[in-house]
Amino acid sequence: MKNGAVLTVNDLRVYYDTPAGTVKAVDGVSFDLRPGERLGLVGESGSGKSTMALALMRMHKPPARIAGGEVLLDGVGDVMELDDEGLRRIRLDRLALVPQGAMNSLNPVMRIRDQLADGIRTHEPGDDRDALTARIRAQLARVGLDADVGGKFPHELSGGMKQRVAIAIGTSLSPSVIIADEPTSALDVVVQRQVMETLRSVQEEIGASVLIVGHDMGLMAQIADRMGVMYAGKLVELAPVHDLFTNPQHPYTRLLIESVPTLMAKRALASIPGAPPTLINVPPGCPFHPRCPRAFEPCDSEVPLPMSQNGRVVSCHLYPEEAA
Amino acid sequence: MTAFLEMTNVSKVFSAGIIRRQHTVAVDDVTMTIDEESPSILAVAGESGSGKTTLARLLLGVIPPSSGEVIYRGQSVDDLSRAQRRTYLREIQPIFQDPFESYNPFYKVDHVLTVPAKKFQLSESKQETTRLIEEALDMVGLQPAETLGRFPHQLSGGQRQRVMVARAMLLRPRLIVADEPVSMVDASLRATILESIRRMKQELGISVVYITHDLTTAYQIADNILVMYKGSVVEAGSVEQVIRDPQHPYTQLLVSSIPQPDPSLPWGAEAEIAGDPESMAVAATGCKFVERCPVAFDPCRGQRPPLYHEHPSRAAACFRYNDSPELEGENLDLVFEPQLTSQAASGSEDPAAN
Repeated sequence: MKNGAVLTVNDLRVYYDTPAGTVKAVDGVSFDLRPGERLGLVGESGSGKSTMALALMRMHKPPARIAGGEVLLDGVGDVMELDDEGLRRIRLDRLALVPQGAMNSLNPVMRIRDQLADGIRTHEPGDDRDALTARIRAQLARVGLDADVGGKFPHELSGGMKQRVAIAIGTSLSPSVIIADEPTSALDVVVQRQVMETLRSVQEEIGASVLIVGHDMGLMAQIADRMGVMYAGKLVELAPVHDLFTNPQHPYTRLLIESVPTLMAKRALASIPGAPPTLINVPPGCPFHPRCPRAFEPCDSEVPLPMSQNGRVVSCHLYPEEAA
Repeated sequence: MTAFLEMTNVSKVFSAGIIRRQHTVAVDDVTMTIDEESPSILAVAGESGSGKTTLARLLLGVIPPSSGEVIYRGQSVDDLSRAQRRTYLREIQPIFQDPFESYNPFYKVDHVLTVPAKKFQLSESKQETTRLIEEALDMVGLQPAETLGRFPHQLSGGQRQRVMVARAMLLRPRLIVADEPVSMVDASLRATILESIRRMKQELGISVVYITHDLTTAYQIADNILVMYKGSVVEAGSVEQVIRDPQHPYTQLLVSSIPQPDPSLPWGAEAEIAGDPESMAVAATGCKFVERCPVAFDPCRGQRPPLYHEHPSRAAACFRYNDSPELEGENLDLVFEPQLTSQAASGSEDPAAN
């Protein structure tokens, strides 16, 4: 695989066919996921980030469809080309999802241990009952839960515990890629942090790479190694997290960072003028140009191409092609 | 001088279950005052289950307290006459969390503005109503021409929430109770809504109770803050004091858990010792936070700590400060920083005057 990436996404397009027109939720996104890294992906609602996370596992639902591009998983090939059996084999085993709002993703009438056993039994049959019990116990311990949680039903657990269970299930087969879709968006700060630390420690333990999709810039700053910013279905910038925060290149990234209130200083709250476009009717050229304070002549007609330099990628006419 | 709205030793207990009846104390003995002369923004912060939304609903008169009293202009909310209750309902306006659920999708957004205008007879004529509505929309930064006549689904979440702010403003209330007004709005649009809430205080002299789980926005817009844990006030004071220099171990935990949008400022180290609040029972006696507290000592298990007045504009309910005097009458006003416009109000509530 090229440059040793675990997952390579090339020009991925996910479109929704609606009566009102085609919604380009993900429109030509490319990136690599490196071994062992935590890649954060932020965007506002409607930027296409969750659609993309699900599409990587082919878990998108109609009317969404893959309109192009490839998702190369190391040792497997193009996930977009797999048949049902091939998909079934890699899901959870190689490519696992930690869903948004675990409260709605767990089966309410199944005990936690049975939900954990389900995936293990399907993919790795042959464990006898004792071995399976020991494995479930170890998996619960790994995410900081007591063994007796296994005998409980989801409604007996707090939100944070349910999210830990979701992490336990997602990592039960030591996948090489974990896709975490807003894993802590419904949790309070203290619990959010505990769950994030849990995800981080399990991910480091099993040596997986993780793609964390979210909207919280603060959380990403704390957890991600590299970070991508999505706007209107496009990845507008991708950079090591420190570079992204200290020297954002895309005007949208800069404004997004400035709009996050901090505890450092009281200041007039900045906001980005205008509103994100509806994806049915994305402005021509750069999708951000109507809101961009630095828009100039080519922005409203030519779509900026991603330029990479010094390990960062930015799609903006301010950074001319020669830099590539 | 009678205060605009007061809570005196208000508690709210919810009961559930038929056979094994369980009682949850959502708000536990809270006393506070909201003044009219000195408009300010008071943040009520806490995690889910801290009782902050119940507190909002008590202030709005949506639910009655189990004990204690909510007093509006010197009279218990229970005993208001019809006419008084009508004024009370106009003078205290809510803004709710979800800008999607607060609309009827079959009506144009105008509906949420024209109906209250009519019900509360804000104007003499239709033209006058339209003028008031346009003024309110202007105030929150919306173009009336682009907003009126549309259906809720044609507006973005941020625009919908701003229409709600405009609706609250339209009624010329004295107090707005905003329950998580920006938690469902995108980051880039949050600032506009918070800014319009701040303008309400500055330009119209409306007080705001800002209920939130987000200490960062609380710090940005509020003057004073009250931190709740399991129904009790654990720390209160000016935002500068409470958030920049928290004293209660719970507030310290909250502040250190906020992910700062700066990779060079990593999370502090406290989270490892902190349990999961939702799964923890509250001790019948002693400090409610004792099971999670890294610095608990003997007295913490004996009785509930009172609020100690350990800084002129801050009080913490923690026995570590038991060499400070107790906050007189648990009156939170004593630690809230008076606003500049409010010499009369602050004068009478100065600790020295008592």
